[in-house]
Amino acid sequence: MLREFKADLHIHTCLSPCAELEMSPRAIVKTAIKKEIDIIAITDHNSAENVIAARKAAKNTGLTVLAGMEITTSEEAHILALFDDLESISKLQDIVYSNLMPGVNDEKRFGEQIVVNEKDEVLDFNKRLLIAATDLSVYSAVNTIHSLSGLAIASHVDKDVFSIISQLGFIPDNLKFNALEMSVHIDRKQADALFALYNSYPWISSSDAHYLADIGKRTTTFIMNEPTTADMASALNNIEGRRVEWG
Amino acid sequence: MKLSNIVENLSLEVKTGENNLQNDVTGAYISDLLSDVMANGKEGNVWITLQTHLNIVAVSGLKNLAGIIIVNNRPVQEDVLQKAESEKVTIMSTPLPAFEIAGKLYQLLNG
Ligand SMILES: [Zn+2]
Ligand SMILES: [Zn+2]
Repeated sequence: MLREFKADLHIHTCLSPCAELEMSPRAIVKTAIKKEIDIIAITDHNSAENVIAARKAAKNTGLTVLAGMEITTSEEAHILALFDDLESISKLQDIVYSNLMPGVNDEKRFGEQIVVNEKDEVLDFNKRLLIAATDLSVYSAVNTIHSLSGLAIASHVDKDVFSIISQLGFIPDNLKFNALEMSVHIDRKQADALFALYNSYPWISSSDAHYLADIGKRTTTFIMNEPTTADMASALNNIEGRRVEWG
Repeated sequence: MKLSNIVENLSLEVKTGENNLQNDVTGAYISDLLSDVMANGKEGNVWITLQTHLNIVAVSGLKNLAGIIIVNNRPVQEDVLQKAESEKVTIMSTPLPAFEIAGKLYQLLNG
Protein backbone atom coordinates (compact mmCIF):
# COMPACT_ATOMS: atom_id res chain seq x y z
CA MET A 1 0.00 0.00 0.00
CA LEU A 2 1.35 3.35 -1.01
CA ARG A 3 1.14 6.10 1.56
CA GLU A 4 2.71 9.49 2.27
CA PHE A 5 5.91 9.77 4.26
CA LYS A 6 6.95 13.25 5.30
CA ALA A 7 10.75 13.39 5.28
CA ASP A 8 13.40 15.86 6.44
CA LEU A 9 16.59 14.27 5.18
CA HIS A 10 19.19 16.83 6.21
CA ILE A 11 19.59 17.46 9.93
CA HIS A 12 22.77 18.28 11.87
CA THR A 13 23.31 17.35 15.52
CA CYS A 14 25.55 18.89 18.19
CA LEU A 15 28.36 16.85 16.63
CA SER A 16 28.52 19.37 13.80
CA PRO A 17 30.62 22.29 15.04
CA CYS A 18 28.21 24.77 13.45
CA ALA A 19 25.02 23.33 15.00
CA GLU A 20 23.55 24.52 18.30
CA LEU A 21 24.21 22.49 21.44
CA GLU A 22 20.49 21.85 21.90
CA MET A 23 20.60 19.66 18.78
CA SER A 24 20.90 16.43 20.74
CA PRO A 25 19.66 13.26 19.03
CA ARG A 26 16.91 12.93 21.66
CA ALA A 27 15.69 16.51 21.17
CA ILE A 28 15.79 16.14 17.39
CA VAL A 29 13.69 12.98 17.52
CA LYS A 30 11.18 14.62 19.88
CA THR A 31 10.87 17.69 17.66
CA ALA A 32 10.51 15.62 14.49
CA ILE A 33 7.69 13.59 16.03
CA LYS A 34 5.98 16.75 17.23
CA LYS A 35 6.10 18.09 13.67
CA GLU A 36 4.58 14.85 12.36
CA ILE A 37 7.62 13.92 10.32
CA ASP A 38 7.92 10.24 9.36
CA ILE A 39 11.54 10.02 8.22
CA ILE A 40 14.60 12.02 9.24
CA ALA A 41 18.25 11.61 8.36
CA ILE A 42 21.05 12.56 10.71
CA THR A 43 23.67 14.20 8.49
CA ASP A 44 26.61 15.64 10.39
CA HIS A 45 29.66 17.00 8.61
CA ASN A 46 32.10 14.18 7.84
CA SER A 47 30.98 12.06 10.79
CA ALA A 48 28.12 9.81 11.85
CA GLU A 49 28.90 9.35 15.52
CA ASN A 50 25.49 10.57 16.72
CA VAL A 51 23.47 8.33 14.41
CA ILE A 52 23.23 5.43 16.84
CA ALA A 53 21.93 7.66 19.63
CA ALA A 54 19.26 9.10 17.35
CA ARG A 55 18.16 5.61 16.33
CA LYS A 56 17.94 4.50 19.93
CA ALA A 57 15.99 7.63 20.84
CA ALA A 58 13.51 6.88 18.05
CA LYS A 59 13.04 3.23 18.97
CA ASN A 60 9.34 2.26 19.19
CA THR A 61 8.21 5.73 18.11
CA GLY A 62 7.32 5.13 14.45
CA LEU A 63 9.90 7.70 13.35
CA THR A 64 12.46 6.30 10.90
CA VAL A 65 15.99 7.62 11.37
CA LEU A 66 18.24 7.11 8.36
CA ALA A 67 21.97 6.77 8.94
CA GLY A 68 23.49 9.72 7.11
CA MET A 69 26.45 12.00 6.70
CA GLU A 70 27.23 15.21 4.82
CA ILE A 71 30.58 14.67 3.15
CA THR A 72 32.83 17.60 2.20
CA THR A 73 34.62 16.60 -1.02
CA SER A 74 38.06 17.79 -2.10
CA GLU A 75 36.33 20.43 -4.23
CA GLU A 76 34.52 21.57 -1.06
CA ALA A 77 31.16 20.46 -2.37
CA HIS A 78 28.72 19.00 0.18
CA ILE A 79 27.17 15.63 -0.59
CA LEU A 80 24.56 13.81 1.49
CA ALA A 81 24.98 10.07 2.00
CA LEU A 82 21.91 8.17 3.25
CA PHE A 83 21.73 4.54 4.39
CA ASP A 84 19.31 2.17 6.08
CA ASP A 85 21.90 0.33 8.13
CA LEU A 86 24.57 1.21 10.64
CA GLU A 87 27.12 -1.10 9.08
CA SER A 88 27.30 0.91 5.85
CA ILE A 89 27.53 4.25 7.60
CA SER A 90 30.33 2.99 9.80
CA LYS A 91 32.23 1.78 6.72
CA LEU A 92 31.70 5.17 5.11
CA GLN A 93 32.86 6.88 8.28
CA ASP A 94 36.11 4.88 8.25
CA ILE A 95 36.76 5.94 4.65
CA VAL A 96 35.90 9.58 5.35
CA TYR A 97 38.05 9.70 8.49
CA SER A 98 41.07 8.28 6.66
CA ASN A 99 40.62 10.95 3.97
CA LEU A 100 39.85 13.88 6.26
CA MET A 101 42.36 16.71 6.46
CA PRO A 102 44.49 16.02 9.54
CA GLY A 103 44.19 18.50 12.39
CA VAL A 104 42.50 19.09 15.70
CA ASN A 105 39.21 20.96 16.02
CA ASP A 106 39.59 24.42 17.55
CA GLU A 107 36.41 24.50 19.63
CA LYS A 108 36.65 28.23 20.27
CA ARG A 109 36.71 29.07 16.58
CA PHE A 110 34.59 26.37 15.00
CA GLY A 111 32.40 25.14 17.85
CA GLU A 112 32.17 21.98 19.92
CA GLN A 113 31.70 18.52 18.40
CA ILE A 114 29.76 16.57 20.97
CA VAL A 115 29.04 12.85 20.85
CA VAL A 116 26.10 11.94 23.08
CA ASN A 117 23.92 8.95 23.84
CA GLU A 118 20.15 8.64 23.51
CA LYS A 119 19.67 10.15 26.99
CA ASP A 120 21.57 13.36 26.18
CA GLU A 121 24.59 12.23 28.20
CA VAL A 122 27.91 13.43 26.78
CA LEU A 123 30.07 10.49 25.71
CA ASP A 124 32.93 12.27 24.01
CA PHE A 125 34.18 15.37 22.24
CA ASN A 126 35.18 14.52 18.69
CA LYS A 127 38.65 16.05 18.16
CA ARG A 128 38.81 15.69 14.38
CA LEU A 129 38.65 18.69 12.07
CA LEU A 130 35.12 17.90 10.89
CA ILE A 131 34.69 21.37 9.41
CA ALA A 132 37.50 20.68 6.92
CA ALA A 133 37.43 18.96 3.53
CA THR A 134 38.30 15.38 2.69
CA ASP A 135 40.60 14.20 -0.09
CA LEU A 136 37.66 12.45 -1.73
CA SER A 137 36.70 13.95 -5.09
CA VAL A 138 32.98 14.21 -5.88
CA TYR A 139 33.39 11.15 -8.08
CA SER A 140 34.95 8.99 -5.40
CA ALA A 141 32.45 10.23 -2.82
CA VAL A 142 29.46 9.33 -5.00
CA ASN A 143 31.01 6.01 -6.05
CA THR A 144 31.82 5.12 -2.45
CA ILE A 145 28.25 5.88 -1.33
CA HIS A 146 26.82 3.77 -4.15
CA SER A 147 29.21 0.89 -3.52
CA LEU A 148 27.77 0.78 0.01
CA SER A 149 24.22 0.83 -1.45
CA GLY A 150 23.40 4.30 -0.18
CA LEU A 151 21.74 7.32 -1.76
CA ALA A 152 24.01 10.19 -2.89
CA ILE A 153 22.30 13.57 -2.94
CA ALA A 154 23.94 16.87 -3.91
CA SER A 155 23.35 19.23 -0.96
CA HIS A 156 21.70 22.64 -1.31
CA VAL A 157 22.55 23.10 -5.00
CA ASP A 158 21.13 26.65 -4.90
CA LYS A 159 23.67 27.90 -2.36
CA ASP A 160 26.61 30.13 -3.35
CA VAL A 161 29.06 28.10 -1.31
CA PHE A 162 29.69 24.41 -0.71
CA SER A 163 27.32 23.30 -3.47
CA ILE A 164 28.33 21.15 -6.43
CA ILE A 165 27.30 23.99 -8.76
CA SER A 166 29.07 26.78 -6.86
CA GLN A 167 32.28 24.72 -6.71
CA LEU A 168 32.26 23.16 -10.18
CA GLY A 169 30.19 25.62 -12.21
CA PHE A 170 27.79 22.91 -13.32
CA ILE A 171 27.02 19.26 -12.62
CA PRO A 172 29.12 16.93 -14.77
CA ASP A 173 27.02 14.45 -16.80
CA ASN A 174 28.77 11.41 -15.46
CA LEU A 175 28.08 12.13 -11.81
CA LYS A 176 25.20 9.86 -10.83
CA PHE A 177 23.44 11.67 -8.01
CA ASN A 178 20.20 10.04 -6.85
CA ALA A 179 18.77 13.52 -6.35
CA LEU A 180 19.57 17.20 -6.00
CA GLU A 181 18.56 19.02 -2.84
CA MET A 182 17.06 22.52 -2.88
CA SER A 183 17.47 24.54 0.30
CA VAL A 184 14.82 26.43 2.25
CA HIS A 185 16.06 29.59 0.57
CA ILE A 186 14.20 28.90 -2.67
CA ASP A 187 10.70 27.71 -3.40
CA ARG A 188 9.56 25.34 -6.12
CA LYS A 189 8.88 28.10 -8.64
CA GLN A 190 12.32 29.63 -8.23
CA ALA A 191 13.92 26.20 -8.45
CA ASP A 192 12.03 25.47 -11.68
CA ALA A 193 13.27 28.73 -13.15
CA LEU A 194 16.88 28.44 -11.97
CA PHE A 195 17.55 24.76 -12.45
CA ALA A 196 15.54 23.80 -15.56
CA LEU A 197 18.86 22.52 -16.92
CA TYR A 198 18.85 19.85 -14.24
CA ASN A 199 15.25 18.66 -14.41
CA SER A 200 16.37 15.21 -15.48
CA TYR A 201 17.50 14.70 -11.88
CA PRO A 202 14.94 14.07 -9.15
CA TRP A 203 14.77 16.99 -6.69
CA ILE A 204 14.12 17.01 -2.99
CA SER A 205 14.10 19.78 -0.43
CA SER A 206 15.04 19.64 3.23
CA SER A 207 15.73 21.90 6.16
CA ASP A 208 19.53 21.50 6.64
CA ALA A 209 18.61 22.17 10.27
CA HIS A 210 21.36 23.44 12.56
CA TYR A 211 18.84 24.63 15.19
CA LEU A 212 15.91 22.77 16.71
CA ALA A 213 13.54 25.42 15.37
CA ASP A 214 14.69 24.63 11.80
CA ILE A 215 13.60 20.99 11.84
CA GLY A 216 10.80 20.40 9.35
CA LYS A 217 10.95 23.94 7.96
CA ARG A 218 11.17 22.20 4.62
CA THR A 219 10.22 18.59 3.97
CA THR A 220 9.79 16.30 0.99
CA THR A 221 6.82 13.95 0.84
CA PHE A 222 7.61 10.47 -0.43
CA ILE A 223 4.64 8.51 -1.72
CA MET A 224 5.80 4.92 -1.32
CA ASN A 225 5.42 1.65 0.52
CA GLU A 226 7.93 1.62 3.31
CA PRO A 227 10.52 4.01 4.75
CA THR A 228 13.64 2.47 3.21
CA THR A 229 16.28 3.98 0.94
CA ALA A 230 15.37 1.40 -1.73
CA ASP A 231 11.75 2.54 -1.77
CA MET A 232 12.89 6.16 -1.65
CA ALA A 233 15.04 5.53 -4.73
CA SER A 234 11.94 4.13 -6.47
CA ALA A 235 9.91 7.18 -5.45
CA LEU A 236 12.64 9.50 -6.76
CA ASN A 237 12.42 7.73 -10.12
CA ASN A 238 8.61 7.50 -10.22
CA ILE A 239 8.57 3.72 -10.28
CA GLU A 240 5.27 1.84 -9.81
CA GLY A 241 3.23 4.78 -8.64
CA ARG A 242 5.82 5.97 -6.18
CA ARG A 243 6.77 9.64 -6.35
CA VAL A 244 8.00 12.65 -4.38
CA GLU A 245 6.46 16.05 -3.77
CA TRP A 246 7.70 19.25 -2.14
CA GLY A 247 7.03 22.97 -2.17
CA MET B 1 51.37 39.45 -24.65
CA LYS B 2 51.64 35.93 -26.03
CA LEU B 3 51.08 32.96 -23.76
CA SER B 4 54.49 31.64 -24.79
CA ASN B 5 56.18 34.72 -23.22
CA ILE B 6 54.41 34.04 -19.96
CA VAL B 7 55.34 30.36 -19.98
CA GLU B 8 58.97 31.27 -20.52
CA ASN B 9 59.16 34.13 -18.02
CA LEU B 10 57.35 32.33 -15.22
CA SER B 11 58.94 28.93 -15.94
CA LEU B 12 55.58 27.20 -16.27
CA GLU B 13 55.37 23.56 -17.14
CA VAL B 14 53.05 23.15 -20.14
CA LYS B 15 50.94 20.02 -19.63
CA THR B 16 48.51 20.32 -22.52
CA GLY B 17 47.84 22.55 -25.52
CA GLU B 18 51.47 23.10 -26.67
CA ASN B 19 50.03 24.37 -29.96
CA ASN B 20 48.04 27.22 -28.44
CA LEU B 21 50.94 29.15 -26.95
CA GLN B 22 50.60 31.89 -29.55
CA ASN B 23 47.29 32.91 -27.94
CA ASP B 24 47.11 36.53 -26.81
CA VAL B 25 46.67 37.06 -23.10
CA THR B 26 44.37 39.89 -22.02
CA GLY B 27 44.86 39.56 -18.28
CA ALA B 28 44.32 37.04 -15.52
CA TYR B 29 41.65 35.89 -13.11
CA ILE B 30 42.15 33.99 -9.86
CA SER B 31 39.40 31.84 -8.40
CA ASP B 32 38.77 28.31 -7.23
CA LEU B 33 35.03 28.52 -7.68
CA LEU B 34 34.11 27.51 -11.20
CA SER B 35 30.77 29.29 -11.03
CA ASP B 36 32.68 32.49 -10.24
CA VAL B 37 35.01 32.05 -13.22
CA MET B 38 32.01 31.44 -15.45
CA ALA B 39 30.55 34.73 -14.22
CA ASN B 40 33.68 36.89 -14.09
CA GLY B 41 36.45 35.36 -16.20
CA LYS B 42 37.08 37.26 -19.45
CA GLU B 43 38.09 36.08 -22.90
CA GLY B 44 41.85 35.75 -23.19
CA ASN B 45 42.41 35.64 -19.43
CA VAL B 46 44.85 33.27 -17.87
CA TRP B 47 43.06 31.47 -15.03
CA ILE B 48 45.05 30.79 -11.87
CA THR B 49 43.53 28.06 -9.70
CA LEU B 50 44.07 24.98 -7.60
CA GLN B 51 40.94 23.30 -8.96
CA THR B 52 41.79 20.28 -11.10
CA HIS B 53 38.31 18.87 -11.65
CA LEU B 54 37.39 17.91 -15.22
CA ASN B 55 34.97 20.85 -15.36
CA ILE B 56 37.90 23.31 -15.57
CA VAL B 57 38.36 22.27 -19.20
CA ALA B 58 34.74 23.07 -20.04
CA VAL B 59 34.83 26.40 -18.22
CA SER B 60 38.05 27.42 -19.96
CA GLY B 61 36.58 26.56 -23.36
CA LEU B 62 33.27 28.24 -22.58
CA LYS B 63 34.96 31.52 -21.65
CA ASN B 64 37.67 31.34 -24.32
CA LEU B 65 40.37 31.65 -21.69
CA ALA B 66 43.99 31.76 -22.83
CA GLY B 67 44.98 28.97 -20.47
CA ILE B 68 44.89 27.59 -16.94
CA ILE B 69 47.75 27.77 -14.44
CA ILE B 70 47.48 25.09 -11.74
CA VAL B 71 49.30 26.23 -8.60
CA ASN B 72 51.23 24.37 -5.89
CA ASN B 73 52.12 21.62 -8.37
CA ARG B 74 48.72 20.08 -7.70
CA PRO B 75 48.54 16.81 -9.61
CA VAL B 76 46.11 16.78 -12.55
CA GLN B 77 44.35 13.50 -13.39
CA GLU B 78 45.08 11.86 -16.73
CA ASP B 79 41.44 12.08 -17.89
CA VAL B 80 41.49 15.85 -17.32
CA LEU B 81 44.70 16.21 -19.33
CA GLN B 82 43.29 14.13 -22.18
CA LYS B 83 40.10 16.16 -22.29
CA ALA B 84 42.12 19.40 -22.25
CA GLU B 85 44.31 18.17 -25.10
CA SER B 86 41.32 17.24 -27.23
CA GLU B 87 39.53 20.52 -26.47
CA LYS B 88 42.67 22.57 -27.20
CA VAL B 89 42.79 23.95 -23.68
CA THR B 90 46.22 24.85 -22.36
CA ILE B 91 46.96 23.61 -18.85
CA MET B 92 50.15 24.82 -17.22
CA SER B 93 51.58 24.06 -13.83
CA THR B 94 53.75 25.88 -11.29
CA PRO B 95 55.18 24.92 -7.90
CA LEU B 96 54.38 28.44 -6.66
CA PRO B 97 51.25 29.29 -4.67
CA ALA B 98 48.60 31.52 -6.29
CA PHE B 99 49.73 34.75 -4.61
CA GLU B 100 53.30 34.44 -5.87
CA ILE B 101 52.53 33.38 -9.40
CA ALA B 102 49.88 36.11 -9.63
CA GLY B 103 52.37 38.73 -8.40
CA LYS B 104 54.91 37.72 -11.02
CA LEU B 105 52.28 37.63 -13.76
CA TYR B 106 50.96 41.06 -12.75
CA GLN B 107 54.46 42.54 -13.02
CA LEU B 108 55.01 40.87 -16.35
CA LEU B 109 51.72 42.10 -17.84
CA ASN B 110 51.88 45.61 -16.38
CA GLY B 111 55.63 46.16 -16.09
ZN1 LIG C 1 26.03 21.69 3.59
ZN1 LIG D 1 24.18 20.57 6.11
